[in-house]
Amino acid sequence: MFHQWVKRPYRKLMLVALVAGLFSAGCGQQYVMLDPAGPVGKSELHLMILASIAMAIVIAIVFVLFFYALIRFRDKPGNTAPYRPEWDGHKWLEIVWWVLPAVLLTVIAIPMVKTTYALDRIPKAKDPVVIDVTSLTWKWLFQYPGQHVATVNYAVIPAGEPVLFELTANSPMNAFWVPQLGGMEYTMPNRVLPLWLEASKPGTYWGRSAQFSGIGFEKMMFNVKAVSPAAFQAWAQNTHATASPMTMQDYKQLLKFNTVGNATYGGYPQDTFPTVASGFTLTGSGMYTIEHNKNGIKYLPMTMSTNR
Amino acid sequence: MPSFVSYLIHTLFPPSVRLPDILLIDVGLVFGIIGIVVFLTKTGRWGSLWRDWLTTVDHKKIAVMYLIAALLMLFRGGVDALMIRAQLAAPGAHFMPASQYDEVFTTHGTIMIFFMAMPFIFALFNAVVPLMIGARDVAFPRLNAMSYWLFAMGAALFNVSFIIGGSPNAGWTAYPPYTGLAYNPGPGENYYFLALLIAGLGTTMTGINFLVTTIRMRAPGMTLMKMPMFVWSTMVTSALILFAFPPLTVALAMSLFDRLFGSSFFTLAHGGMPMMYVNLFWLFGHPEVYILVIPLFGVFSEVVATYSRKALFGYPLMVVSILAIMFLSYGTWVHHFFTMGAGPGVNAFFGLSTMLIAIPTGVKIFNWIFTMWGGRIQMTTAMLYQLAFIPTFVIGGATGVLLAVVPADYQFHNSYFLIAHFHNVIIGGTVFGLLSALYYWWPKMFGMKLNERQGRWAFWLFFIGFWVTFTPQYFLGLKGMTRRIYTYPAGFGWHQLNVISTVGALIMGAAFVVLVYNIVWSLRFGERDLTGDPWDGRTLEWALPSPVPEYNFARIPVVHERDAWWAMKQRGQSLAGSLRAEDVHDVEMPKNTPIPFLIGVSFFVMGFGMTFKWWPIAIIGFIGVILCLLFSGFDYDDHHHLKADVIRNTEASLGRLQG
Repeated sequence: MFHQWVKRPYRKLMLVALVAGLFSAGCGQQYVMLDPAGPVGKSELHLMILASIAMAIVIAIVFVLFFYALIRFRDKPGNTAPYRPEWDGHKWLEIVWWVLPAVLLTVIAIPMVKTTYALDRIPKAKDPVVIDVTSLTWKWLFQYPGQHVATVNYAVIPAGEPVLFELTANSPMNAFWVPQLGGMEYTMPNRVLPLWLEASKPGTYWGRSAQFSGIGFEKMMFNVKAVSPAAFQAWAQNTHATASPMTMQDYKQLLKFNTVGNATYGGYPQDTFPTVASGFTLTGSGMYTIEHNKNGIKYLPMTMSTNR
Repeated sequence: MPSFVSYLIHTLFPPSVRLPDILLIDVGLVFGIIGIVVFLTKTGRWGSLWRDWLTTVDHKKIAVMYLIAALLMLFRGGVDALMIRAQLAAPGAHFMPASQYDEVFTTHGTIMIFFMAMPFIFALFNAVVPLMIGARDVAFPRLNAMSYWLFAMGAALFNVSFIIGGSPNAGWTAYPPYTGLAYNPGPGENYYFLALLIAGLGTTMTGINFLVTTIRMRAPGMTLMKMPMFVWSTMVTSALILFAFPPLTVALAMSLFDRLFGSSFFTLAHGGMPMMYVNLFWLFGHPEVYILVIPLFGVFSEVVATYSRKALFGYPLMVVSILAIMFLSYGTWVHHFFTMGAGPGVNAFFGLSTMLIAIPTGVKIFNWIFTMWGGRIQMTTAMLYQLAFIPTFVIGGATGVLLAVVPADYQFHNSYFLIAHFHNVIIGGTVFGLLSALYYWWPKMFGMKLNERQGRWAFWLFFIGFWVTFTPQYFLGLKGMTRRIYTYPAGFGWHQLNVISTVGALIMGAAFVVLVYNIVWSLRFGERDLTGDPWDGRTLEWALPSPVPEYNFARIPVVHERDAWWAMKQRGQSLAGSLRAEDVHDVEMPKNTPIPFLIGVSFFVMGFGMTFKWWPIAIIGFIGVILCLLFSGFDYDDHHHLKADVIRNTEASLGRLQG
């Protein structure tokens, strides 16, 4: 509720600030963090702006006090400002500056906690499209367990609905980041981390690895193409039917330390993606097992006894 | 035999160290070393080098050695920074090969934090803490020398990597599994782990030493709440070091085992857990950023009070806030990896704890401003750095709060926004503080002032250069530029901002040149400090002559008030005037010893041997370490008595003896 009454004024402020500050540089749309194309990126931007305003208040107060003191109390001949060399404390002033930052931080903290929880739950959708992402040295492999297709260095997603990315690495750590869709998540060997993103409308959004992983790392860029759900289904079916499937040999080629262009496969071998994932998305707690079967995929919460 | 030679050349000088710029440096180093040897021989200074420096246990000389090392490393780290900026100045540039770029950003970060900022801080601890608390030395002078030599040899080992064998290249955080043999077969990462382990041992010992010194060695009457703020910050920093360095040591040692002995703690294969390294590293790493900044909070508290000619505002709350920062800093480490899949509960907790730490920090800022309030502010160079620090650090802190907002951090993480933030606080807090301290305490350390006019030039260049460099990087972050990328294609709109940033870096480089000129000029022509109290100071170190005699205090002072020296002056007393010949007694002083130097050399040999897995050499070094420890353990001849007459003569020659 706090959200609502603070939202409107700062939106306007934000617009003024952005238009004045950034578009004057002539390339506002390149500020990808400030130009989100989906609900995740938008809620992150809202928090950035809220926190920026709170911090701007702090900065303004400090600057006013600081420059006033600096100008008033300079050691110049004829300065008539009072000189009080023994003045070393004032109870109420000191209470004020314990309380003031605390209040401003509370203003940020409450929506921060809310959004942190909200972003960790994928919105209810029947069978979201799942994409298993593996970072390799230095390329990205995208596998679609529901559609039985795979791509390298680009991904296609349906626009207007949440997509679940499951992230792992068969390489040093990388971070999977599509700035306009939302924040990043690491890819780590021996772990599977979930991240949901959504593109509100069709378009192509660039992504890149944000965690250094070797000399070819800066080439780990990829595009995410958001298309209408119908076009996505058509693309998946068409690809599955026409593109040749990835063989184990192909996968081993991808494990080599090099960079490659885009590639598309109409299938991929099992066991190239881990089956045990840890994360809170979807199930709301702890570790879960991904079960692939012909009806699609299921998420089974794990208990200690079913461990492997 | 020829195959052995070719093996040696192949191992020690692989293609990565045969780049033209490095070969040029090799030649320069050879000539430089020859020049130094010739100089020392011709002027007959080998003996003096050995007696006065290599074997010294005097905290004031150790401070000078730390300072020289820190300035050299500032140069090296700065050159690395300029190389990074040169490479990024244009899209698709190939100023240097990608492999070298990776090495350069790794050594830049590692050197600036471990081998520039840390020793610079220890130089300050050594230079003034015993003087401020009215002591004749630190609690464990020999351990202090050992700390220095372990640091120095760690730094030396780290720095030889770029001419012999190849530099580390995994970033200053060295995340596995990239540091594993599968991805990183060269000796570079071995250098990194071993150098940091050796220097880290020294740092841990420094922490113990200054914790004990500040607790046990204070002059009579100096209760905890009468300590100068810099002494408080030393105590807190030492406590942070004591508990923060063990996790680092563990993380480094386990990574080293993975590389040298085939264990799989953090490897990709055999179920290693790279995540565990990240936790251990930041369990150290977050307290570490407060280790880097708290001492400078202490410096600013001294500097602002001295040059405002006014008591520090809110001293008790300054103490409370520094202690609050100390405790909270152990509970924020996860904010370095919100994006590694911890649950929302964990992330929210660490986001909140990180915001919480902003409160005591903010309180300190207000207290510094109100120290100026009602004072008389003198615009000396040291004070200029203080005045630059407050707005800079507030902005850096504010962007830090933005990063603490968990969902916002999902975007900011590893982008140039983060790079801009931590340079904003580390340069704006730590480096401004170090330079402020340099100008403030230089007369005490060396007996002459640094030229103020040149100092102001260096300040303005540095301050302007800093903002020109890092403001564009915030915007680069918003445009999606990520850290550690070797180059970038045109079309992202990153080019102009990078050019501005590079120009700023050049301005900062110019500031460094002016700073060096300032130091060299002042050493020769600087105004001598004859009073020992050039700034009309407040704390006990200004009661002593500059430079301070070996024994520090002819008679240990008795403290009654917080700003002891200021209060004495207000009452018309001085340590000097009241010193009578019969008050001077024999003084027990620690004796010089070669053991700390030799143990450092032994660790270097051991580290070098382990880097290349040349076990015989490593074992020789290890035996050296053991022999040094054994000898030191049974060496009871560790002190000597400075005769009262000698002290009386010294004090009389300084005009400080009554009658």
